[in-house]
Amino acid sequence: MRYNDKELQALSRQPAEMAAELGMRGPKKGSVVKRRLVKLVVNFLFYFRTDEAEPIGALLLEHCRVIHEEPSSFSISFLEDPERKYHFECCSEEQCQEWMAALRRASYEFMRRSLIFYRNEIQKMTGKDPLEQFGISEEARFQLSGLKA
Amino acid sequence: MKLNERSLAFYATCDTPADNAGFLYKKGGRHAAYHRRWFVLRGNMLFYFEDAASREPVGVIILEGCTVELVEAAEEFAFAVRFAGSRARTYVLAAESQAAMEGWVKALSRASFDYLRLVVRELEQQLAAVRAGGGPAPAHRPRALPSLPSKENGCAVWSAETPAASAPVRPPPLPPRRRASAPNGPLDSASFAQLHEWYGQEVRALRSQWLSTPLSPNSILRETRSCFASRPTSGFTVIHSPQWPFFIQGESPGAGTPLALKLGHIYSPQCLKVRTL
Repeated sequence: MRYNDKELQALSRQPAEMAAELGMRGPKKGSVVKRRLVKLVVNFLFYFRTDEAEPIGALLLEHCRVIHEEPSSFSISFLEDPERKYHFECCSEEQCQEWMAALRRASYEFMRRSLIFYRNEIQKMTGKDPLEQFGISEEARFQLSGLKA
Repeated sequence: MKLNERSLAFYATCDTPADNAGFLYKKGGRHAAYHRRWFVLRGNMLFYFEDAASREPVGVIILEGCTVELVEAAEEFAFAVRFAGSRARTYVLAAESQAAMEGWVKALSRASFDYLRLVVRELEQQLAAVRAGGGPAPAHRPRALPSLPSKENGCAVWSAETPAASAPVRPPPLPPRRRASAPNGPLDSASFAQLHEWYGQEVRALRSQWLSTPLSPNSILRETRSCFASRPTSGFTVIHSPQWPFFIQGESPGAGTPLALKLGHIYSPQCLKVRTL
């Protein structure tokens, strides 16, 4: 699949929501844990060799599951293949929980659901649609029916 | 760079309705031909397929940090997705109708995660303010600014408040007084409407100042009609933007910059573009 690599590179250099050196293990059988600099930017999780400026790779965090693994670790898997897991080892349970919370909030789909939720709440409390100010109240992607999907 | 392509393909073809979909012509390269592709916009990812029935995308354009513009091209209904950076690629696309083009430009310019996050944060603040009882004053909004075009969804910009149809709301208590030197400045306590009005006033003042200065050999200001403005605006290019009804693109280093800096304070930087000669 072709993609705009330069822009993805530029994105990996943007200020990150979370960044830390973690132990990472790929989904393939027999892969070993390697120290990687892991960086969360918008809905992408970039991972770098600790001494390099360019990422080795990126994971798009849509339709993914973040699961707690013992000890102080978590895994990311995707909807189409839940057994295929990317493992991350943290240095403490606290760091692990922090990362899990951040990753669960990091998807576009999560943002969209939050928007719909806040819009609905504000509408209930004030009787006004807060999206009208932005001129986006008619967009299909922000309708309440989206929450039921 | 490695990408989780299998998951990407899955995301591209999943059952939930896409944010936008349709045929577009995509220019292969600078001197290449156009190819008709099936485009699917999902979140901040613009996928393109050989045709509507394909199970795997030919490619994807990641839409963070881009601007979407109308372009002059041989092809009708053409627009471009442009990225910053010296060697950055510009994707030239063409729709099959004026309406389709407008729909795509609108959708793509508001597709970034950054934009969505901005809106969500604004709503979070509004909800917190409403819950605390000191929410944005519902009663009076500023009068319509005559130079602003009306919103795409048909609502006038700052129309006088109509009485709320639902449960009557007691006027909220006044929010606590804040000094201008407060750490987070006016953003903390002002509603979006107020900020819009304040900056709007500044913009008008700057604009009249800017238009009254004589043109220098280096400044070329064009009169362009944007398909989204209700009437022509003179002196600069008007391009659709996600948050502001229009944004200003001057053609000289001085022109446009003060406006960009002011507006850039609340709006995401990629909305604003000052191209210098």
